[in-house]
Amino acid sequence: MRTEPQRVTLRRPAQHKYIPATEAEREEMLRVIGVPSVEALFGDIPAAVRLTAPLRLPPPLSDPEVMAHLSALAAKNAHADAAPCFLGAGAYDHYVPSVVWALAGRGEFLTAYTPYQAELMQGELQAIYEYQSMLCELTGMDVANASMYDGASALAEAAVMARDLTRRDEVVVSTAVHPEYRRVLKTYATPLGIRIVEVPHRDGTTDAEAVGAQISERTAAVIIQHPNFFGVLEEGKGLADIAHGRGALLVCGVAEPLSLGLLTPPGAWGADIVAGEGQALGNHLNFGGPYLGMMATRQEYMRRIPGRLVGATVDVDGRRGFVLTLQTREQHIRREKASSNICTNEALLALAAGIYMAALGPQGLRHVAELNLYKAAYAKEAIGGLRGFRVAFDGPTFNEFVVRTSVPPEEINRRLRREGILGGLPLGRFYPDLADGWLLCVTEQRTRAQIDRLVAALEGMR
Amino acid sequence: MSAKDFPVIFELSVSGRVGASYPAPDVPARPLAGLLPAGQIRTAPPALPEVSELDLVRHYTRLSHRNFSIDEGFYPLGSCTMKYNPKIHEDVARLPGFSRLHPYTPPDDAQGALEVIWELERLLAEISGMDRVTFQPAAGAHGELTGMLMIRAYFDARGERRTNVLVPDSAHGTNPATATMAGYRVITVASDARGNMDVRALREVMDDSVAAIMLTNPNTLGLFEEHILEVAEIVHDRGGQMYLDGANFNAVLGMTRPGDQGFDVMHMNLHKTFTTPHGGGGPGAGAVGVKSHLVPFLPTPVVEKDGDRFRLDDDRPQSIGKIRAFYGNFSNLVRAYTYVRSMGSEGLRQVAETAVLNANYVLARLRDRFDLPYDRLCKHEFVLAGTRQKKQCGVTTRDMAKRLLDYGFHAPTIYFPLIVEEAIMIEPTETESKRTLDEFIEAMRAIDREARETPQVVRDAPHATAVRRLDEVRAARQPDLRWRHR
Repeated sequence: MRTEPQRVTLRRPAQHKYIPATEAEREEMLRVIGVPSVEALFGDIPAAVRLTAPLRLPPPLSDPEVMAHLSALAAKNAHADAAPCFLGAGAYDHYVPSVVWALAGRGEFLTAYTPYQAELMQGELQAIYEYQSMLCELTGMDVANASMYDGASALAEAAVMARDLTRRDEVVVSTAVHPEYRRVLKTYATPLGIRIVEVPHRDGTTDAEAVGAQISERTAAVIIQHPNFFGVLEEGKGLADIAHGRGALLVCGVAEPLSLGLLTPPGAWGADIVAGEGQALGNHLNFGGPYLGMMATRQEYMRRIPGRLVGATVDVDGRRGFVLTLQTREQHIRREKASSNICTNEALLALAAGIYMAALGPQGLRHVAELNLYKAAYAKEAIGGLRGFRVAFDGPTFNEFVVRTSVPPEEINRRLRREGILGGLPLGRFYPDLADGWLLCVTEQRTRAQIDRLVAALEGMR
Repeated sequence: MSAKDFPVIFELSVSGRVGASYPAPDVPARPLAGLLPAGQIRTAPPALPEVSELDLVRHYTRLSHRNFSIDEGFYPLGSCTMKYNPKIHEDVARLPGFSRLHPYTPPDDAQGALEVIWELERLLAEISGMDRVTFQPAAGAHGELTGMLMIRAYFDARGERRTNVLVPDSAHGTNPATATMAGYRVITVASDARGNMDVRALREVMDDSVAAIMLTNPNTLGLFEEHILEVAEIVHDRGGQMYLDGANFNAVLGMTRPGDQGFDVMHMNLHKTFTTPHGGGGPGAGAVGVKSHLVPFLPTPVVEKDGDRFRLDDDRPQSIGKIRAFYGNFSNLVRAYTYVRSMGSEGLRQVAETAVLNANYVLARLRDRFDLPYDRLCKHEFVLAGTRQKKQCGVTTRDMAKRLLDYGFHAPTIYFPLIVEEAIMIEPTETESKRTLDEFIEAMRAIDREARETPQVVRDAPHATAVRRLDEVRAARQPDLRWRHR
């Protein structure tokens, strides 16, 4: 049966769903204000810079359209579920239990502002207090702040904090610290006149002799990363002793905090400031951000730590409650004399990290850390035994290790992609002398079958 | 803990409980001693809480009920742009292709992510009138530092040494703090009687030692800088740079562009104007737009497009370097991109129009009850003063803010900007309905009545919150910043 063509009357509604004011309400509000038009509210903008034409933007999309568009973009990316991922280097593919973001993603947390009105924001404040407490337990430090931007900027701010504490203007930095963290450190340090002295690694760990030779009365801090960028454990205590012997602080960068489920915490071997990246604690890879800057220190340095701090107190009825405290360190009070300009930080990710640490607890954290250790050890041994590959450094490692390859690592990665595997990080871009270096990471997410697949694919690549 | 205290999670801990599930190793588990030196193995486990999954769910759900959010109610927090955060943004940001993507994925395998960054850069450049935009900064203040370091690098490249930065007395605290971090000395410039930057005062201090002026426009009084073109001319005539703190960009979307007003560099708080959620204090995202003469100094890497391929360009010899690892708070870029694509040009203009309409409406209905230090049409926010209530009734702005909590609203920003005594800074945003605004207006008027009739009720507020007024002095004098097992 033939039907008449229908007349199309369906159009995009004129009213936007995010803007509730209707035409009638606008008219009424204008009457109350006493102006003839919305246009009249913008009369203070000089005519010369008033836009007369619409911005040249693509036409608006409805929800189904925008979702389809973004889904298509997302589908172009080789993410860690689409291909087994052996990349680490400051961003770790750990399993995130469903409970973490089911709770952290609640609108009550997600759409709240910084808890300036404490009485109304006890949930956020207490969650951050709990995170601070858990981070202290994990790192063995006394005081942790409510978060920094990321590992790199946290480490840079730790250097500035060490300068302020010691009134010295130089930092000694190991080249086994993440190269991007060192670049950020340089960006922060240069305008403040903080001199950076880099000391080389020897066989993949910080050269203690070189540190001893470079350290001086000008040195505010010795900065290392543990486990370091190559995945190798540092001799933290020895380096802390060298630093302390010259009146300098030991700043310990941490990029993989899950390692602390298993390793002696920096606070126990003499670190003065722990600064690093908390992404591994319940946060997704997110193509590099948002991540969680962690910072913790000793009791005596509490009043010099940058960023927000939550403290416990009581209300007028004697009930326990929580507030932002020691705010005289901060920019909104101290302005140009503040310990940092940081304001917005990464509170939601700190909250998620707290949920993650509480979900795992001491047992779970140890379990996951051991899974990382064993799986990485298994892969390291297997790959190191292949012809054309050798383990680069002798020192003990956690879940990352460097191998040197006879085929350029970039080429290996290209061939692995054909097998549906995301290979490790070629180190040549950061270390010209390690152009044949390939940094691999094996977390608890990688199955033995995936590791075996990787090894099988590498066999015969030479 | 007393019986009336809400428990902290450590108090719920029972030894032996677990809240997560992990497999046994599928590779040989080896003696730890063979893998790690004895001194490196933790001897005492971290004293983390031991709770079941339901313990955890109940605890954090109850905490969430002790919180205030945009999802729950009106948040008129001036300077913070607490607008609605669309739900679709969360779904989009959590697509595995974005959320499960490693930052060192080779660019050829991350084309969709790079495309989002590249496209968003073009969109924000058009909206702001700037030439290029970096997304590396994680927040507004981080963007300020990035911008000021670019200005510094620009003068270094020209062989000019400038030591000072001008900041108006109404500025956000981050501005002077940032100038210090960038190695500059801060000179404060006064505002005039209409709430503008005082042009005469500016002429007096502007000289060859000044690298830049850091302005907010509309400023923190919610007022458009009426002499902005003159200010730009004065600063540029002496070779200085114009920095815009774009915290208040929401007010002028599609109406005027900072790039056309003479600004050389600006930051945009994606968590304000482009509605990525504030998360209780972050993550934010601070996009920084620059004019062409500052492009060489952008942080690395930048995303470039060759034909139909996107790549990361790290080879930029004049760059200030990196300000953060990787490429910024990427998932917030996904949200902001989704927002701009959902709004379009007309939608963004409506955002500004409605935000300004709402603010002027609330102002019109409160102006008879509160002092108004700068009596002008406002932009997206306005600043009242609680001086009348303080003088006549002994009720402070803080008291009235706390009383608002009892009425089910978040408080406005108070005691800022510093140049207004007993300041009350109100920003309604465009996403609030007239009904909500009317309810808020009625609450403010009721509190003014209470200040006169039953002032003690206001002074003792809040009464209906989870806890009552907290002892901040004790918190600072006897800091308790972590749980300790007692």
